[in-house]
Amino acid sequence: MSGALEILSCGPLVTVQDDGRPGWLAQGLARGGAADRRARAEAAALLGGDPGAGIESPGSPLRLRLHAEATLAFTGAEMRVEAEGRAVPWHASLSFPAGTVLDLRPTAKGSYAYIHVAGGLRTAPVLGARAAHLIAGLGRALAAGDTLPFEPSRHAARRLSRRPDGFDGGTLRVVPTPQTRLFPDEELARFAETVFTRDPRGNRQGVRLASEGAGFQTEGQLSLLSDFVLPGDLQMTGDGTPYILGPECQTTGGYPRIASVIPADLPRAMQAPPGARVRFEFVTVEEARAAPPDRPQTEPLTRAPGDDPDLLTRQLIGGVISARVEEPQ
Amino acid sequence: MTEGFPLIEPLGTEALLVRFADRLDDAANRACTAFRAALEARGLPGMAETASSLGSVLVRVEGSPDALRGALEDLLGEADWAAVPPPPHKLWQIPCSYGGADGPQLDETAGMAGLSPAQAVEALSEARVRVLALGFAPGMPYLGILPECWNLPRQTGLTPKVPEGALVLAVRQFVLFGTEAPTGWRQVGRTLFGCLEVSRPAPIALTPGDEVRFVPVSPEALREGAAADPHRHGGARWEEVS
Repeated sequence: MSGALEILSCGPLVTVQDDGRPGWLAQGLARGGAADRRARAEAAALLGGDPGAGIESPGSPLRLRLHAEATLAFTGAEMRVEAEGRAVPWHASLSFPAGTVLDLRPTAKGSYAYIHVAGGLRTAPVLGARAAHLIAGLGRALAAGDTLPFEPSRHAARRLSRRPDGFDGGTLRVVPTPQTRLFPDEELARFAETVFTRDPRGNRQGVRLASEGAGFQTEGQLSLLSDFVLPGDLQMTGDGTPYILGPECQTTGGYPRIASVIPADLPRAMQAPPGARVRFEFVTVEEARAAPPDRPQTEPLTRAPGDDPDLLTRQLIGGVISARVEEPQ
Repeated sequence: MTEGFPLIEPLGTEALLVRFADRLDDAANRACTAFRAALEARGLPGMAETASSLGSVLVRVEGSPDALRGALEDLLGEADWAAVPPPPHKLWQIPCSYGGADGPQLDETAGMAGLSPAQAVEALSEARVRVLALGFAPGMPYLGILPECWNLPRQTGLTPKVPEGALVLAVRQFVLFGTEAPTGWRQVGRTLFGCLEVSRPAPIALTPGDEVRFVPVSPEALREGAAADPHRHGGARWEEVS
């Protein structure tokens, strides 16, 4: 029997996301998919396999009802979750009985939150993926009344062994791009010394960075031939303001890219909330490849050393949250 | 071909970029299309995805790019890629309503090129242009290269929006808009060609290297032709060229 997750209410730009659509660059379609790939890896670790498509919230509240028993994983930017009025831990996965209503509210920690259902949401794929790609006109933002199908499941409750960090900016490692050398040395040095602030203007296309002082300019940047851009590229607009390009960036662009954030640090770049401070440190491509993203580790939620052993029991009023340790059915 | 090219550079940590030019150049663009076709036909190990743009070919790599770099250098040395005959492609005839409400900047654009509006329509509709690259929106083509008289700068201000299907012109190129968007290019005509239509067998119609003619039709004929086209190609026809 198929279950469904009903959106009772949600804020703007909440979408279904997965790993996007690789393989369409030749046709001008960026891969898209979840803004924070690390949060996807965490959901996979918590749910014990490919998490399929889940919900991404860019700091928007949402309220949803489960029409079947489901195991949910909560990863990425922290949200405050209540199930039928009881607090539910974040960075964890838990089972909930049919009929449960969950309230999720954003906190200021990070930008993109993820709610995955074990087995994944079974919405209709478009061009081989379920991810909404709003810039390309594929899919749309979720709205009250939407129902998202899934297969019911009950998995053991788990949590991440180490509470993830990286929701407040920091130093991001970058590699040079083919345009880096167009910037004068002193501009590159100034860039590497500048502390930028994540601007409130940001979305899945790109995030604006503000700084004091002049913009970063190259010689002849207005006559640059449009060339490929990739998520993570730091694109300098006409006035020298940098944008970190996101998963829905265009596939080519004519503004110079001063540097490109390495994959291991891109989740931190996308998660930096408005006001967070970031700076950039050049590394070589070899160093970047030697720094793969961390593999998330998980542990049973009930058996965490030092944890309150009664935490779940006290939340289990009326069987709202099932923490029974059982194998997937 | 530009001095010092082609050259291979890393693009991020997971791709290599084979650059044939650093400015708009017809020979370099043809080389991009031919080189990418050869790469796809060859299927080099470790190659995850290829794409060509105005002046470069992107090769996304699975695993280490170092091994692939050598194979790319070898392939580059096998031919003068600008002189290689174009790979099999399509020649499209896309109906276009020029001027009037469908091309509000035709007169201005013609004047900048030193032509009357009628001469401009004749010249533009007879030009057989090539898809140089797709980008900005999915499947949205940059087409060229038009004769030197069309080397017109972009407007200093933006047109707040042009509709999907708008044919706009600047810097010896057309762009056929795949979405409603603001632009600094001048709108000379309107098509009802859908660059992306997910219900089609080929959701993205055009491929770099395809050739296109924008055939002049009346505003009424444009709309009638498009209404009768179930694939949202706006009444366009195409044939294979090899």
